[in-house]
Amino acid sequence: MAFYVVQFLTGLASAASLFLVASGLSIIFGVTRIVNFAHGAFYMIGAYIAFTLTERLSGAFGFWGGIVLAAIAVALIGVLVEMVLLRRIYHAPELFQLLATFGLTLMVEDLVVLIWGPDDLVGRRAPGFKGAIDFFGQNIPSYDLFLIVLGPVVLGILWLLFQRTRWGVLVRAATQDRDMVAALGVNQKWLFTSVFAVGVFLAALGGALQIPRDAVHHAMDLRIIVEVFVVVVIGGLGSIVGAFVAAVLVSELNAFGILIFPKISIILVFLVMAVVLIVRPWGLFGKPEAPARKTPGLTVNPWRPLTQNERLMALAALVIAATLPLFAGNYALTVGSEIAIFVIFAVSLHFLMSVGGLASFGHAAYFGLGAYGVAFLAKMAGLPMIVCLLLGPLLGCMGAAVFGFFAVQLSGVYFAMLTLAFAQIVWSIAFQWVSVTGGDNGILGVWPEKWAASPSHFYWLALGVATLVTIALRAMVFSPFGYALRATRDSLLRTEAIGINAKRIQWTAFVIAGTTAGIGGALFAYLKGSVFPDNLGISLSVDALVMVLLGGVETVSGAVIGAIVYKALNIWLVSQTDLSKLVLGGFIMLIVVVFPKGIVGMLEMLAQRRRKASPPGSPLLAKPIESAE
Amino acid sequence: MRARNYFVGAAFALLAGGMAHSALAQDIKIGEINSYSLLPAFTEPYRKGWQLAVEEINAAGGINGKKLVVVSKDDGGKPADAQTAANELVSSEGVAMLTGTFLSNIGLAVSDFANQKKVFFLAAEPLTDAVTWSKGNKYTFRLRPSNYMQAAMLVEAAAKLPAKRWATIAPNYEYGQSAVAVFKKLMSEKRPDIQWVDEQWPPQGKIDAGPVVQAVAAANPEAILNVTFGADLVKLVREGNTRGLFKGREVVSFLTGEPEYLDPLKDETPEGWIVTGYPWYSIKTPEHDAFLKAYQAKYNDYPRLGSIVGYQTIKAAAAILAKAGSTDPEKLIAAAEGLSMPSPFGAITFRKIDHQSTLGAFVGKTALKDGKGVMVDSAYKKGADYLPSDAEVEKLRPKD
Repeated sequence: MAFYVVQFLTGLASAASLFLVASGLSIIFGVTRIVNFAHGAFYMIGAYIAFTLTERLSGAFGFWGGIVLAAIAVALIGVLVEMVLLRRIYHAPELFQLLATFGLTLMVEDLVVLIWGPDDLVGRRAPGFKGAIDFFGQNIPSYDLFLIVLGPVVLGILWLLFQRTRWGVLVRAATQDRDMVAALGVNQKWLFTSVFAVGVFLAALGGALQIPRDAVHHAMDLRIIVEVFVVVVIGGLGSIVGAFVAAVLVSELNAFGILIFPKISIILVFLVMAVVLIVRPWGLFGKPEAPARKTPGLTVNPWRPLTQNERLMALAALVIAATLPLFAGNYALTVGSEIAIFVIFAVSLHFLMSVGGLASFGHAAYFGLGAYGVAFLAKMAGLPMIVCLLLGPLLGCMGAAVFGFFAVQLSGVYFAMLTLAFAQIVWSIAFQWVSVTGGDNGILGVWPEKWAASPSHFYWLALGVATLVTIALRAMVFSPFGYALRATRDSLLRTEAIGINAKRIQWTAFVIAGTTAGIGGALFAYLKGSVFPDNLGISLSVDALVMVLLGGVETVSGAVIGAIVYKALNIWLVSQTDLSKLVLGGFIMLIVVVFPKGIVGMLEMLAQRRRKASPPGSPLLAKPIESAE
Repeated sequence: MRARNYFVGAAFALLAGGMAHSALAQDIKIGEINSYSLLPAFTEPYRKGWQLAVEEINAAGGINGKKLVVVSKDDGGKPADAQTAANELVSSEGVAMLTGTFLSNIGLAVSDFANQKKVFFLAAEPLTDAVTWSKGNKYTFRLRPSNYMQAAMLVEAAAKLPAKRWATIAPNYEYGQSAVAVFKKLMSEKRPDIQWVDEQWPPQGKIDAGPVVQAVAAANPEAILNVTFGADLVKLVREGNTRGLFKGREVVSFLTGEPEYLDPLKDETPEGWIVTGYPWYSIKTPEHDAFLKAYQAKYNDYPRLGSIVGYQTIKAAAAILAKAGSTDPEKLIAAAEGLSMPSPFGAITFRKIDHQSTLGAFVGKTALKDGKGVMVDSAYKKGADYLPSDAEVEKLRPKD
């Protein structure tokens, strides 16, 4: 019995650490609608700075002072980031801020290694909380007890802050309806900055408090960020109490789950999230979002098919691309094939995200399923390459059909997180089912047949498929189905009012996007000759998001340019320097500030300005139409 | 600065589009790939090690009179990126062979690439047995003692312990799974009386150490096998120390004696664990002394195990190239099979039968000395003594 009590308390201690970070993320998201990918980076910087301070400052006061000072210092960094970077892009399409914070995260990962060196750092124990307390023969670390108390205390302080201060009232109002708060004359700038600072402070505090129990290292951010997102979503976005309950739920299920299934930790949080979202689409304590007030069509250029001249230009670009094998070497051709494959992947997500308004955070699942489909067919059934390429993507199609059915019942960030959960579940199956998938050692030896083996032939194959896919998806955008899909994006209520079965349209779009991604994955398997769980992983899903956002989410085919620029730059930088993340992150942040509509979006806007003497409205006031709302 | 991963001015040539060759035509190029950005704690000393080797080789006249150039690439910890890098090295750099890699899945991806493109590949770090056995191929050789060898070394010591109830803690991926599987198999052969009472599989890099320690303690084992390393190990040790998990229990642990993993533990190093590792401070052989002196003179830092691996990888590559007298992959294979060479750990041989080198490892016990973790009572275990019989290896390895 004592054991179960202690295990419960241990779970509570884990929950407290998780809650601190999650509450910060929840507050930031609730008010500013920023999907703050850099939250984990702030957590990590908090730990690093706290390490330095607690090593320098001596005594109990030095330790606790160092922890608090570190959190304050990081909060100041957060303020700087908000003012210099994020403030410029609040009016950009929603999720664009994700791109900015992603760039920041990349930079921080390299910067901490440059500043603090590559070794894992182990800080000192907390003065006064070094030992353990005996509980009927079981030991409970006293630091755990401290954390168990701290969690509810922070919850209480936040509750008081939000319920009993004017600032809190404004924050809650902004969480509910930030346009109305702005209309009432509240200075949004400072409200957002202060909220961001509080959120970052909590993240950094969470990181700093790990010093006595964890090692400080440069991958801490990734370890926590996804988990924290999941906790926030399970609890319900913007709900602090929800975040607390969710943190406790997840931690306790893990603490007791490992007693029965020791391998459960790898997937537990995602399972819980999938179940919660299917049963309660807005999380445990979340409220349905009010239908967004959108005025599409007034400020945004309506989409149109390419003009004759533009078609000729696209054709010319394609012809040039097709002649690459005449002058480029094998390496350039292989890189070209890879880029073509990522064009397929990016346009498939773009179709879902820009046309359908459904931003998926787990799109790699269908890419990877296509790759595994090919690997199974080629290695187990021994089918010829052409058959594998045709049938392999069907696995992506089936996955999309099943998961898409559940996912389209939700919208906005909840949709995004459910797709993430499904992707992680698929990933963990690929990772764990060693006898079939080979686990993380993957499936090797999936090489193309002779007719496609030479780099130039494979390049033509990939380029051809990418061209067909892009044309097909474009044609679909301007088909009746495309119009119906865009209608569901722009106004779900009105769409249903005129008799369109919105969910079915969205589901179909999801399956189309998943299958297309599967085609990309199938080619990828042959390009690399092997398939790994990585092909389904979060980082690939994030890559796809970045490509779409970089190209311009409001455009018809921006993803093509986004994929080419991002992938080419990524491959080149990784080849040239170990600091590729630093440079790439800096580049992304620059793009975000200079081109807040994405590369293609910006070009279109410039072209638009040239066409008309007076543009229809200042771009700064333009309200985004797509989004994850 | 970490960015300088190219050896001697090759960087500018590469910037010009990867087409220009600043290296002279008669230079011999080796392509090297590793997870520099993902695992700097291990790959930084590794890089220093191979750079030292390149310097020594060229100072001694290069390879049959030709200068050795190593072109190094980062794989970011992703198999797909490692293949892109391998492709660049082979297709546009024209390297004579590929070396490096740390993670098992990346080692396998590059090994499969090498097999497909008929390129010689000397795997440096990856531990999985699959590299030389179940997924072995004729183009792939491996330097480091494999999972099986390290397990066999630990079992030799572990079987002597009186403990009968064993629990295991291992990261939930191929490395952890196969380390536990081999250890259990070999252990149960030697000690049929042993019971396996609990196993914990925290996700790699994400251990929630408190509940794991508690769960293991609840099973009340007499001994524990640990396979976690890096930040997970730190968390496990800290929670285990506070909760008294290791008190009165024997612990056998993979890799923990390597400075990369032992040093961060500082004064929290648990004492008396039986570990594999690299006690550079207590190895007194002329070969190692020479290496240690050269390393410390160049870097003003002590070597980690990664330094040894990096150093010996390039030394081995050079020896193979020198003996082959050619960069033809078939000749390189012929030269490498059965080739013996000196190393800081003494002479090693690349076995003809499975292309595994006989580099060994040190087995000893952890101890605290002046607030730092060290390995004591350590002894070098020759790799050749801990490999299965040739008949068994034949069965494990597909025919080329």
